[in-house]
Amino acid sequence: MSDKNIFTSDISRRDVLKTGAKAGVVGASLVSAPFIISSSANAYTNDPGDAATVKLGFNVPQSGPYADEGADELRAFKLAVQHINGTGKDNGMLPTMKPISLKGNGINGKKVEFVTGDTQTKSDAARASAKSMIEKDGVVMVSGGSSSGVAIAVQGLCQEAGVIFMAGLTHSNDTTGKDKKANGFRHFFNAYMSGAALAPVLEKNYGKERNAYHLTADYTWGYTQEASIKKFTEDLGWNTVNAVKTPLAATDFSEYIAPVLNSGADVLVLNHYGGNMINSLTNAVQFGLRDKMINGKKFEIIVPLYSRLMAQGAGANVKGIYGSTNWHWSLQDEGSKAFVKSFGQEYGFPPSQAAHTCYVQTLLYADACQRAGTFNPCGVAEALEGHKFDGMGNGPTEYRAEDHQCFKDVLVVRGKENPSSEFDLLEVVEVTPRAQVEYAVDNEFFAGGELGQCNAG
Amino acid sequence: MDAIFLQFLNGLDKGSAYALIALGLTIIFGTLGVVNFAHGALFMIGAFCAVSVQKLLSFEKITLDETKLTAWGTPTEVKVHYIEEWFGSSGAVLVDNSVFVSLAVVIPFMMIFGYVMERGLIRHFYKRTHADQILVTFGLAIVLQEIVKAFYGANPIPQPAPEAFIGSTDIGVWFGMAENLVVYPIWRLVYFFFSMAVIAGVFIFLQFTTFGMVVRAGMTDRETVGLLGIDIDKRFTFMFGLAAAVTGAAGVMYTPVLSPNYHMGMDYLVLCFVVVVVGGMGSLGGAVLAGFLLGILQSFSAMNWIKEIVPGIDQVIIYLVAVVILLIRPRGLMGRKGVMEE
Repeated sequence: MSDKNIFTSDISRRDVLKTGAKAGVVGASLVSAPFIISSSANAYTNDPGDAATVKLGFNVPQSGPYADEGADELRAFKLAVQHINGTGKDNGMLPTMKPISLKGNGINGKKVEFVTGDTQTKSDAARASAKSMIEKDGVVMVSGGSSSGVAIAVQGLCQEAGVIFMAGLTHSNDTTGKDKKANGFRHFFNAYMSGAALAPVLEKNYGKERNAYHLTADYTWGYTQEASIKKFTEDLGWNTVNAVKTPLAATDFSEYIAPVLNSGADVLVLNHYGGNMINSLTNAVQFGLRDKMINGKKFEIIVPLYSRLMAQGAGANVKGIYGSTNWHWSLQDEGSKAFVKSFGQEYGFPPSQAAHTCYVQTLLYADACQRAGTFNPCGVAEALEGHKFDGMGNGPTEYRAEDHQCFKDVLVVRGKENPSSEFDLLEVVEVTPRAQVEYAVDNEFFAGGELGQCNAG
Repeated sequence: MDAIFLQFLNGLDKGSAYALIALGLTIIFGTLGVVNFAHGALFMIGAFCAVSVQKLLSFEKITLDETKLTAWGTPTEVKVHYIEEWFGSSGAVLVDNSVFVSLAVVIPFMMIFGYVMERGLIRHFYKRTHADQILVTFGLAIVLQEIVKAFYGANPIPQPAPEAFIGSTDIGVWFGMAENLVVYPIWRLVYFFFSMAVIAGVFIFLQFTTFGMVVRAGMTDRETVGLLGIDIDKRFTFMFGLAAAVTGAAGVMYTPVLSPNYHMGMDYLVLCFVVVVVGGMGSLGGAVLAGFLLGILQSFSAMNWIKEIVPGIDQVIIYLVAVVILLIRPRGLMGRKGVMEE
């Protein structure tokens, strides 16, 4: 596979195809498309040609510990496809998204179809299912994910195969840091941004003199989050007492929590996600950490990456605990309200942040294709790079061209003391402005790795 | 010192769970000679019985409040527990103590579940190889956990302990230590004492009842007991049910320790097989001893100064110890000659 930009030559090929279609070669377009692709020297992977439809691949964890998050992502993807095709009960974020080229009649005149895959939250299974979507189902874009390990693996595969990867929930710095790829785009925020957003709130509430103890999930995301939170809290003047790696497969964290008790630490940072976070937080509360006083200060727990679905699992234990999140359904901007309304009416409960990022990613991809007038990944990538948009729930947002990371406001949230419903578990404490979480392209936390050239297959 | 004591308590607590599951596993292996890979699933089914009982007890009457709308424009749902509406404050007490209610429900339920499982499936595999037994029971475990996932989803479901047992207690003071030095969750202590009681109960039952004596005789020499005109199969089927009940009860009591999810059984299965092998195949005492031993070692290995000397030791300690013990004592700590050696 070669890395070449065939954007301009592709348009002329499409023109030829359109002329052919006008001449009456319409009926067999679905069948003839592969032939045309193979006969064209400028084709890109899975060019839909003159087919009436285009296919997207949604690769989410449908089994394994993140299956609930995956299920929510899938709901959002389905909704996004309905809205793009104009077959939904309403149009979701289409009326609020600015600027917008989508017309609610598909992308580039083609109706959107989709296939789904199961990542099982395992990198090899995720790659296998993405590969099958690309090779057998002929998708032009792959999206989804609930683990950074998986996202990085699938992003690499999409780069090699010549399709676009619109990352779902992935929070590791590495996704758009050392493992960034020209064909990959991330709307979700990252660990560094969590640290930058949380630090001022932590300072305001817990002061400048604190001793922090980290428990960290033993994989890429855990490492980058620990490093990021350490940097920002140490910049505040906090001392890091210890940072302990815990196995990803651990269920009972009591033996890791016990040493915290008499370590002199007065803050516990849980760099855990999903089931790990639910269990470690539950254990920490059981061991009475939240009622402890150390050197005259109340012991505090921080969960830097929060998710509402996780908060549901941890129950009352989340009350009063600070963390950050990409988006929350209680936001009152027009885009968020429109999305919550569509999702709530369709499914009877509000969307999670994983659902939101997947929905937005699908619309952004569709819009970029429409603006570029093609599904060629290089054309789409060019349309997404540096693209500025608004009305999608996070305020004015930009896809930075240099690393394909979205820059936008970040939410600092806190576990609600008196939830009014089973979904109303987090309250937004602060909307941290984009400028505060932005970093230079050559920031040390994102160093190494090259974006490279886009690959069209 | 306090850190060591705390990790010792953690080890006892972990060991309680390991010992209870391994005990059930050993009963089944010792009596029926079946390697039951669905045993972790029984632990999980027990835990989800607790979830179901809690859900039933907290079944809610939903009324729509038209005056208040949700964020997506539908009327807000107002939920009231039926049981509280019917029984008032005693209903609330039942909801609060749902884990004990579950325990009363789960023991007969798991006995029947074990009986059906043994009569319906396992007995057809007595004469087959251990590999076949492992395949069919492992398959069953996957089926059971997928059914649970289909009903309850993949996320853990929090099960709070009864109000009176929430929080932690200053256990260090009991042993003459300074205040606030060794604080331990109350429910974990309850779990430890519960498991001790169950283990003692099973041993007393096997040691001091006629039924238990016959079962022990059958475990030693099934054929001779059969020749004496005793229907040993029936008693072994009962023992299967008993093992399922022990494991199920362990699952129920474990729910306030860690929110149950559908793969909790699999998480424990491999560990408990190691426990059984280290203890000695077919030895009940060995299973309990190895359960506590490995639980304590696992907790100690997570101590920071030990991890500094040997990084990652906490993740491999159990397997490392298993290798060492099996090298020194190939039949495990209390294994008898002739078991699994034919």
